[in-house]
Amino acid sequence: MAMVVLAGLDPMALFRALPGAFAQGLLWGIVGIGVFITFKVLDIPDLTIDGTLATGGATAVMCILAGMSAPTAMIIATLVGAAAGLLTGFFHTTLGIPAILAGILSQIALYSINLNIMGRSNQAVSVDQYHLIISLRFIPKAILVAVIFNIVIMAATYWFMGTEYGTTLRATGCNQAMANAQGINTKKVIVVGLILSNALVGLAGGLIAQYQGNADVNMGRGAIVIGLAAVIIGLVLGESIFGKRLNFVGRMTFVIIGAIIYYIVITVVLWLGFPSDDMKLFSAIVVAIFLAVPYLSGKKKASFRKAGGKR
Amino acid sequence: MLKIENVYKTFNKGTINEKVALKGLNLEMEEGDFITVIGGNGAGKSTMLNMIAGVYPVDEGSIIIDGKDVTGEPDYKRAKYLGRVFQDPMLGTAADMELQENLALAYRRGKRFGLKWGLPVREKAIYREKLATLGLGLEDRLATKVGLLSGGQRQAITLLMATLQRPRVLLLDEHTAALDPKTAAKVLELTNEIVGENNLTTLMVTHNMRDAIRMGNRLVMMNDGRIIYDVRGEEKEKLEVSDLLQKFTEVSGEEFANDRMMLQ
Repeated sequence: MAMVVLAGLDPMALFRALPGAFAQGLLWGIVGIGVFITFKVLDIPDLTIDGTLATGGATAVMCILAGMSAPTAMIIATLVGAAAGLLTGFFHTTLGIPAILAGILSQIALYSINLNIMGRSNQAVSVDQYHLIISLRFIPKAILVAVIFNIVIMAATYWFMGTEYGTTLRATGCNQAMANAQGINTKKVIVVGLILSNALVGLAGGLIAQYQGNADVNMGRGAIVIGLAAVIIGLVLGESIFGKRLNFVGRMTFVIIGAIIYYIVITVVLWLGFPSDDMKLFSAIVVAIFLAVPYLSGKKKASFRKAGGKR
Repeated sequence: MLKIENVYKTFNKGTINEKVALKGLNLEMEEGDFITVIGGNGAGKSTMLNMIAGVYPVDEGSIIIDGKDVTGEPDYKRAKYLGRVFQDPMLGTAADMELQENLALAYRRGKRFGLKWGLPVREKAIYREKLATLGLGLEDRLATKVGLLSGGQRQAITLLMATLQRPRVLLLDEHTAALDPKTAAKVLELTNEIVGENNLTTLMVTHNMRDAIRMGNRLVMMNDGRIIYDVRGEEKEKLEVSDLLQKFTEVSGEEFANDRMMLQ
């Protein structure tokens, strides 16, 4: 049975699809770094980014269609993403709404905003008519551009997290009581973290929209799950290889590797003939498994059943 | 140095859990005063420290630090005047960050956090030297994540962090209560050393009457949100635990029955 299924597959099709998966993984690695900042450094799961990604894409595409250059369009997409983070930060710190709910509110608000930006649910931007920075039509160049973006973003994030201000961000995510006692305005720091994270996601949205040649109001649906998948797969893998020696740059590198692995796995699963409709279900299962691994392995070491079995 | 004027605080006002914590608290600390604070559960000791630190706003009254009225300032703004050590050893340090990173934050307490590098190499020598004074061998573990250290070590580090930038007032909130007796004795010894050497104005809450008598130059007893006994100098040095128990019964009209208070 298995042989029959495998016999029907074309290895060359997979081979042809892999570079694209690699490029997409790199682009989503930027989203992964955004999620890393909120989920890992600040210890806040920020669901805004499902909206922000589409906002970044919509903004970039509309700016390019309006005649702006692609780099200008992406700077604007980044700034609009930052504004989305500011909105969530306002909901969370000024209005006291729990972080998850604050993100959901922004995300829903952004859906309408994204429709307003584009005027409809989808806007195409052709690489034949406009100078785009990145396109799936030229995969090698796309990979090169994506790698450059990743390196610059990683270097900038590493630098920022090492500065005095970046240190306050890490301290806030780790222990707010301690941060306050050191004179850190933790609310402000949380807002700054959300702004940075969403700025990166907005930028990624701009790149992804150019890459696929259109912006869609649904392009960000499940972005948080893919971002989490990148962070979790990457960090579980990185820590299993390097253990405690995994430093900050190492962790970010593995987040990007996590995103690439995610897209390669998705490509393989599609190649195996699974319906693309089921991909989000598949993503959710993968993320759930990786989230559960640290908990379950901790439980295995010290479980009630084991403790009871000693008697 | 520190003036608490007629401070009132009620938690959960208007609910079934309403708790009047401070009822017109007054306290004036001179420069260099080392005050130990004792009192039963719910007397308002920790609330007093939290009011000084600005964790919650006061309902009424004012807090003046070094001549400046800080009543309207939140905790992160008051941090530049205050060094704080908490009862829970986990609260004073960031577990996921390196020892030297924790110290670097404390070194900048109350200053502007800018975009300069957060841990300049030249500061490491200062941290190493300061850690050596603790006598715990931590000077060789600058890059260790604080979460890997013991509660006693973390409490000693928190104490060092609280005093790395000279605070106007050092607030110690039962900072040895969660430690084993031997470690607690060590941390108290360090407290005495650090406070003595720097002549720090210190407010220390404790549940150990002996420590309260032994340490500092002044002792206050709190009950029901007020200070009911304030003794200093020679008179304090002559105090016995039995005197404190008698004083408590006298003023409050109740037996000092408190399982957390160490009587001997």
